[in-house]
Amino acid sequence: MNNTIGNIKLLQGNEACVKGALLAGVRFFAGYPITPSSEIAEGMAYHLPLLGGKFMQMEDEIASMAAVIGASIGGLKSLTATSGPGFTLKQENLGFAIINEIPCVIVNAQRGGPSTGLPTKPSQGDMMQARWGTHGDHSIIALAPSTVNEVFQLTIKAVNYSEKYRTPVILLLDEVIAHMREKVRIPDEKEIEIINRKKPTVPPEEYLPFQPDQDGVPPMANFGEGYRYHITGLTHNQRGFPASQPQEIDWCIRHLHNKIKQNAKDILIYKQYFLDDAEIALIAYGSVARAAERVVRLAREQGIKVGMLKLITIWPFPEEELDRLANQVKLMLVPEMNLGQIVLEVERAVKGKCPVISHSRVDGELINPEEIWLKIQEENKK
Amino acid sequence: MKNLLDNYIRKEMFPHIWCPGCGNGIVLGAIIRAIDDLKWDKNKIAMISGIGCSSRITGYVDFCTMNTTHGRAIPFATGLKMAKPDMQVIVVMGDGDCSAIGGNHFIHAARRNLDLTVIIINNMIYGMTGGQFSPLTPTNRIGTTAPYGNIDQSFDLVKLAIAAGANYVARSTVYHTRQSISLIKKALSKKGFSVVEIISDCPVSYGRLNKIRTAIDMLNWLKDTAVSQKAWENLSPQEREEKLIIGEFLDVDKPDYGTLYTRMIEKAQKGEVQ
Repeated sequence: MNNTIGNIKLLQGNEACVKGALLAGVRFFAGYPITPSSEIAEGMAYHLPLLGGKFMQMEDEIASMAAVIGASIGGLKSLTATSGPGFTLKQENLGFAIINEIPCVIVNAQRGGPSTGLPTKPSQGDMMQARWGTHGDHSIIALAPSTVNEVFQLTIKAVNYSEKYRTPVILLLDEVIAHMREKVRIPDEKEIEIINRKKPTVPPEEYLPFQPDQDGVPPMANFGEGYRYHITGLTHNQRGFPASQPQEIDWCIRHLHNKIKQNAKDILIYKQYFLDDAEIALIAYGSVARAAERVVRLAREQGIKVGMLKLITIWPFPEEELDRLANQVKLMLVPEMNLGQIVLEVERAVKGKCPVISHSRVDGELINPEEIWLKIQEENKK
Repeated sequence: MKNLLDNYIRKEMFPHIWCPGCGNGIVLGAIIRAIDDLKWDKNKIAMISGIGCSSRITGYVDFCTMNTTHGRAIPFATGLKMAKPDMQVIVVMGDGDCSAIGGNHFIHAARRNLDLTVIIINNMIYGMTGGQFSPLTPTNRIGTTAPYGNIDQSFDLVKLAIAAGANYVARSTVYHTRQSISLIKKALSKKGFSVVEIISDCPVSYGRLNKIRTAIDMLNWLKDTAVSQKAWENLSPQEREEKLIIGEFLDVDKPDYGTLYTRMIEKAQKGEVQ
């Protein structure tokens, strides 16, 4: 490629995702064509065979999710990419990966919905689908980049978290972040932290596939490496067999939650912009955080104390950080490209300590700095 | 027999969930006998199933086993086989699992000719949910959701697998146990997509609804209904209507998906890309 100066590359969001995934050690991809994520599949189809990895275009989104899980159980770091309608189809087997604690990454380049919606326009309408899309009481990790450089870094993080915590991780792009081009700094391979799943240290006859260590995460034996055990979509006990006793069932569900909760400090990523003395806090994520950042600078130029908390980890939700911030600011404004999904979580976290208002846009257009700015001025007049 | 139980069965999982007279245990016996004949390393065998009575088979065998979601066993097996080409990956499904909700996965795995062995236990009904008709319930038969007789045509899985691109296709019944063992053994040894359909009995759902009330009656019915291809050829069109052909239908050696993939990797790495 000639779009490179030193270790700086000009990359599209989807290309940065491919680059990050390959450097993180992803060696299996299964997917199905869908706008606006197809460039990830195309990149994987080109690069994986060169690295001895495997790319498969499956018959549908459901099969791609199943194949990704199967490959991960076979020991390959695995990733799939999709958009809204495909993300919905993946929910069935996403639940299987959650209950069986199978590391994998699902990239969802969000587009407008519901249904076919707006294939070529951005949206943040899947924030709750990422959290609660598959049935049952489950845990999840979801990350949302707002720059192409972050797409690169967070793809690596997503793979690492999936391996470290034995869980599916969802990377929430949107059409703009997926398709825009920005500079990305590609670090030397030795600078990149790579995390691999813990393998069992006990002999096969003593191995309990779902018995957690101190960190809440059970070591994982890949199939075909001497440990024979059972994996089932049924609620299971620590041996992996169907659970019938109430206490075993209770353990299974709570363990999935506790594993994430216990490690929330490591998983929660956010960035603070001018929050030290802020009176108004913008809570933003994804491509909207770009507009919000611009507003912070604009406001500061005019002496108005606006700051931003940029959410990068969406799930688990940074409740404590918002609670702390609620003691300081007079107002929180949550701009998002949906009719108010994350704003409800913010309200829940601040427990009425400060007013929380929403700014929504669902017309397929980006939220621009001007409209956030106007909203702030409107609130200041009140 | 004791040797087989000790070597291959997770006895702590017994008693199993299958009803008295169910054919699933006969198929389980046939599979482990075939594997025992082949002397395969248990650590290199994976058995993957979906949802239904027959899919509980994976809980009972001492391999790397996975009881997946309804109809999706084949794509799970696909990912595993791609990650671990040296493993023998066996898929066991029921008729509803394979041909209704999993129908698309079945035909596409056959089209790719991926090196999997798929064993379909066809009891012609959804047994676990209580006797609803499946895509393999014969026309005019009764199911709880076809109380006036099934008006749907049923699939012929053998023809479907051949048309979709498999390397090996066979059919037997739970009455014909010796034949089942030898066909499964051949399918397991075959490189590429191999399919064995075993017609089974469900006296509790299918039998009760269709007035073949006991397991013995159902086995006798299978014995009388199943004919070899040779015998089939000598039957009149009228006699053929109620008969079922068993035996081997296809045995070819097209290169399997894994072999083609390895070649593609070599080509790509040498820079031989158009």
